[in-house]
Amino acid sequence: MSSTLAGWLQALALVGALALCYRPLGDYIAHLLTSAKHWRAERCLYKVVGVDGDAYQRWTAYLRSVLAFSVASVLFLYGFIRLQNHLLLSLGVPQMSPHQAWNTAVSFTTNTNWQSYSGESAMGHLVQMAGLAVQNFVSAAVGIAVVATLIRGFTRSKTDRVGNFWVDVTRICLRLLLPVSIVFALVLVANGVVQNFHGFHDIAALGGGTEGIPGGPVASQEAIKELGTNGGGFFNANSAHPFENPTGFTNWLEIFLLLVISFSLPRTFGRMVGDNRQGYAIVAVMGLFWVASAALITLAESHHSGSALQAAGGAMEGKEQRFGIAASSLFAASTTLTSTGAVNSFHDSFTPFGGGITIFNMMLGEIAPGGTGSGLYGMLILAIVAVFVAGLMVGRTPEYLGKKLGGREMKFASLYILTTPAIVLIGTGIATALPGERAGMLNSGPHGFSEVLYAFTSAANNNGSAFAGLTVNTPWYDTALGLAMAFGRFLPMIFVLALAGSLAKQQPVPASAGTLPTHKPLFVGLLSGVVLIVVGLTYFPALALGPIAEGLH
Amino acid sequence: MSTTLTPAPVPGAGAQKPRRASAGRLDPELILASLPDAVKKLDPRIMVRNPVMFVVEIGSVVTTVSAIAHPSVFAWAITAWLWLTTVFANLAEAVAEGRGKAQADTLRRAKTESVARRLVNWPASQAEEEVPGTALRLGDHVVVEAGQVIPGDGDVVEGVASVDESAITGESAPVIRESGGDRSAVTGGTKVLSDRIVVRIATEPGKSFIDRMIALVEGAARQKTPNEIALNILLASLTIVFLVAVVTLQPMATFAGAPQTMIVLVALIVALIPTTIGALLSAIGIAGMDRLVQRNVLAMSGRAVEAAGDVNTLLLDKTGTITLGNRQAAEFQPAQGVSRDELADAAQLSSLADETPEGRSIVVLAKTEYGLRAREQGELAHATWVPFTAQTRMSGVDLAEADGLHQVRKGAAGSVSNWVSANGGSVGADVAQLVDGISAAGGTPLVVATKVAAAPAKVLGVIYLKDVVKEGMRERFDELRRMGIKTIMITGDNPLTAKAIADEAGVDDFLAEATPEDKMALIKREQEGGKLVAMTGDGTNDAPALAQADVGVAMNTGTMAAKEAGNMVDLDSNPTKLIEIVEIGKQLLITRGALTTFSIANDVAKYFAIIPAMFAGVYPGLKHLNIMGLHSPTSAITSAIVFNALVIVGLIPLALRGVKYRPAEASSLLTRNILVYGVGGLIVPFVGIKAIDLIVQFIPGLR
Repeated sequence: MSSTLAGWLQALALVGALALCYRPLGDYIAHLLTSAKHWRAERCLYKVVGVDGDAYQRWTAYLRSVLAFSVASVLFLYGFIRLQNHLLLSLGVPQMSPHQAWNTAVSFTTNTNWQSYSGESAMGHLVQMAGLAVQNFVSAAVGIAVVATLIRGFTRSKTDRVGNFWVDVTRICLRLLLPVSIVFALVLVANGVVQNFHGFHDIAALGGGTEGIPGGPVASQEAIKELGTNGGGFFNANSAHPFENPTGFTNWLEIFLLLVISFSLPRTFGRMVGDNRQGYAIVAVMGLFWVASAALITLAESHHSGSALQAAGGAMEGKEQRFGIAASSLFAASTTLTSTGAVNSFHDSFTPFGGGITIFNMMLGEIAPGGTGSGLYGMLILAIVAVFVAGLMVGRTPEYLGKKLGGREMKFASLYILTTPAIVLIGTGIATALPGERAGMLNSGPHGFSEVLYAFTSAANNNGSAFAGLTVNTPWYDTALGLAMAFGRFLPMIFVLALAGSLAKQQPVPASAGTLPTHKPLFVGLLSGVVLIVVGLTYFPALALGPIAEGLH
Repeated sequence: MSTTLTPAPVPGAGAQKPRRASAGRLDPELILASLPDAVKKLDPRIMVRNPVMFVVEIGSVVTTVSAIAHPSVFAWAITAWLWLTTVFANLAEAVAEGRGKAQADTLRRAKTESVARRLVNWPASQAEEEVPGTALRLGDHVVVEAGQVIPGDGDVVEGVASVDESAITGESAPVIRESGGDRSAVTGGTKVLSDRIVVRIATEPGKSFIDRMIALVEGAARQKTPNEIALNILLASLTIVFLVAVVTLQPMATFAGAPQTMIVLVALIVALIPTTIGALLSAIGIAGMDRLVQRNVLAMSGRAVEAAGDVNTLLLDKTGTITLGNRQAAEFQPAQGVSRDELADAAQLSSLADETPEGRSIVVLAKTEYGLRAREQGELAHATWVPFTAQTRMSGVDLAEADGLHQVRKGAAGSVSNWVSANGGSVGADVAQLVDGISAAGGTPLVVATKVAAAPAKVLGVIYLKDVVKEGMRERFDELRRMGIKTIMITGDNPLTAKAIADEAGVDDFLAEATPEDKMALIKREQEGGKLVAMTGDGTNDAPALAQADVGVAMNTGTMAAKEAGNMVDLDSNPTKLIEIVEIGKQLLITRGALTTFSIANDVAKYFAIIPAMFAGVYPGLKHLNIMGLHSPTSAITSAIVFNALVIVGLIPLALRGVKYRPAEASSLLTRNILVYGVGGLIVPFVGIKAIDLIVQFIPGLR
């Protein structure tokens, strides 16, 4: 079987599996976000923490909870990492520098999982399990919790209450992420992913000398790494490492896991707003971008030019022979479109256009389908912008799902779409202006520029994948990228929560023949156009100096 | 109910065909006249209100400084066109305001200083004193006689007069104003043509209707509407995004080895930020109000105009809006054993002195259908006319003939039956059937009976009075339904009659036997469900409902209370205009959306012009992005900026006129507008910039 055909079959199987999960998983998440019943375990937890599980919070209180929880997480993780060499299972790794520990703590709390360290040489098993993996769960849950408030903004009326953060996060972890992760960790183990508490084994290498073979509780972390769109690898090589991702099947499964929640959330949305067609429209836009992106990267990577590429049958540098062009491209598209940032190949080695598309994917704002929760709220904000302009064109004050989009709503939506590009461009601009930071680039010219652009795009959009080639473990990059991750995560969340509060206060307007329909193909096309144009216009100059300049000879 | 007075001719009503929301020409003279204003508006304190154009102005200053420091043809060309861009934006606003100013001047002429004859202690005494019109206070009473100008807004409290209101409405036919009832309001600056009235002043000086009109049409009272604010926020944020994109581009460009001049960076910013919509936004708003004024509707706020576009439910008074003002006799239905001519003759006889429109229509029907000439009242010297009273609910005539007294009566079925029974007659089952039949068909039956000398009274038959639905109303309601607007007919008729008319006119729902309280309850119920309600009204008892409605259009003929309560006043007092108001509101929003889309779509072509011009030198591969094949970097950038400025001027007429609007459902409207303004906005600048480049490339210094 040719690798192209294998690629097609994998992609088709993926679409099929995601489509099968769309309804049950989406409905299940909607159920757990709306159910009035608490599990006994949950009730005990609320009692211990001192939370009234039946009381909804105002958006401001919800926001305070999100921020308090996240700040506490960052502080805890920072302390944990700095102190790990005094704790169990540290495997004797050296103490991490303060700037790198800050960067890592922010990175895992913000669901970015940018790694300026190398997993096997910088982290002991205890931090990996009790620090990083815990954040893999809760940071994913926070994203879903925040989008839940936005959906409630649409469904609730004349209220200032948008939900209970502690209940949302607890339920998402206990009822969704944990059980699914356990099942798939076992599947991964069955397929060869390691799961033990060993350190390095020294073995005699074939060519003489010794090689260190690492061990660790990999499978348990691998499942949530993908499922929660985290992407922080146990090992430095991430999903290109055979102990994280041994076979073609595990590769397919990991792609499936990193897509499945984000692609099902539109169903949750449709279900909660009482019109499943709304969910189909949103998922159609997401799917459109995902399919187009995967196809374009595959095309760019298998496009033969130059004798080395022709001999290899494509741009094989930086890709695993196990996976080939198609599976690597599919993984690259999926990981950059979901804010996951796990990699099974190295985007720095992609062709200029292939690598450019991975950057562009992240620039879309991680919305197709995006990170768990964050992807849907990003898409809904763009839908609000699209509805605003299109709504005017049908001659009414724009309204989305019965809620009017007035000055207040547009203020928060505008701030949202403004924030991430500003972080990316200002960060990249400063980095290229500082003489010291340019030295971190492996390449000069447009490719070197792409490396810096990729780093800030990845951080600000909470993706976490790296273009490689850029030396980022410096105080400046650790600090700057840490700030980019924190601002890129929490500023948008503030705006989303404020928007949710403002929507929930409104009384819905009943739909009529004069209302802009937001479930039809016309709207799907419109929203896709708005996504492309808003992103394209913002980043075009930067892209022109990077991948486009490199790709056009 | 007194029906002695002929209702005032309602100017424009009936004769006026429903107009489509459009019109509004752009006069070249007006552009020239507005130029000085446009330059004056360059004052940064004024410009700062428009964030997008303020950025352009700052950019113009920066390029000017830069061009002085490093002069070149290119630098000065860009500088000049950036200043022009700013002026063009101001020009759009100035032209829009200019049209209002012309109207305000006409109004000011009406506001001549008048002398008021204030009644010192009315009604106790008739003593009067002469004071200037401006000295009048709320609650003062003034007397106005034929030939005098009414000194202030108020209500007639005594007397009746014909008034020339042409100064405000532009309609030359005089209108009747009388104390009590719903036609008591008079407006300062209008002229009494006949008789004498006492007016109670209802506004403080400087706040009169004319004062407010002047402020409105001049735009002095203009505040940003909610939707305009929301759009401004979006535009401001896009402006900031592009500012960031261009400012951060400089270090990236320096890294690439191609640092850019200030001129080029400013040019790129101006090309990218949404200048087209930013420049035209306030003109669109002013022009929207202006379009209403052209239709003789005064909106008290821009907010009301926007709300009109959002209306979900229209409450329409049956009489005057859906049906012609009055019921008309359509048929004579004789009782058994009575000939049709006999009935027609009696009906005509009983109606000769009846000056109500219904009464006159009976005479007309008798003449046109049965050839009965209307007998002059004088011909029947021996006749005693019996007027309609609320007690008898009948009218008719008593003729003193040779053989005794001939009595003819017509009136409501119940009253006439009682009269017949009281005079020894009986009402046959056939008559009851006729009456029921007419009622069921939505008509009003009037029973005609006679009593000749000593013979018992007998019923001759029934007159079928019918409400006549205005022509074209059904189509209009169909249109409204397609636009997603529900129409509810309000009528005092009984439910049976109301239903018949509602079915004939094609409205969605009706409210029968409506009291002001019912109306209020209906509005509240609709609003409860999140709907926006529009209504018209004129009476004082309509005032609460007008205030409650989201769009309340008061008739100019109505009372002062009604005008104060509503947020619009229709000077023509034509209730059908509500539909046009809704269309104008929608057109205003569509114009904003369309130009925003156009403006943003334009950016794509500008990138393809400017980015290769900036960087093709250092990265030759970027030449491929120059898909327009522009001549040189300087000509490309100049062309993009020139296009950007010219497109503003080109779109001023569209902003003032509003985009074409025809009632349709949302999907088809959206498809059309996206095709025209979205796809059009993508393509037009490619063509435009290329065309300008073909000229610019021959200018020395720009090639």
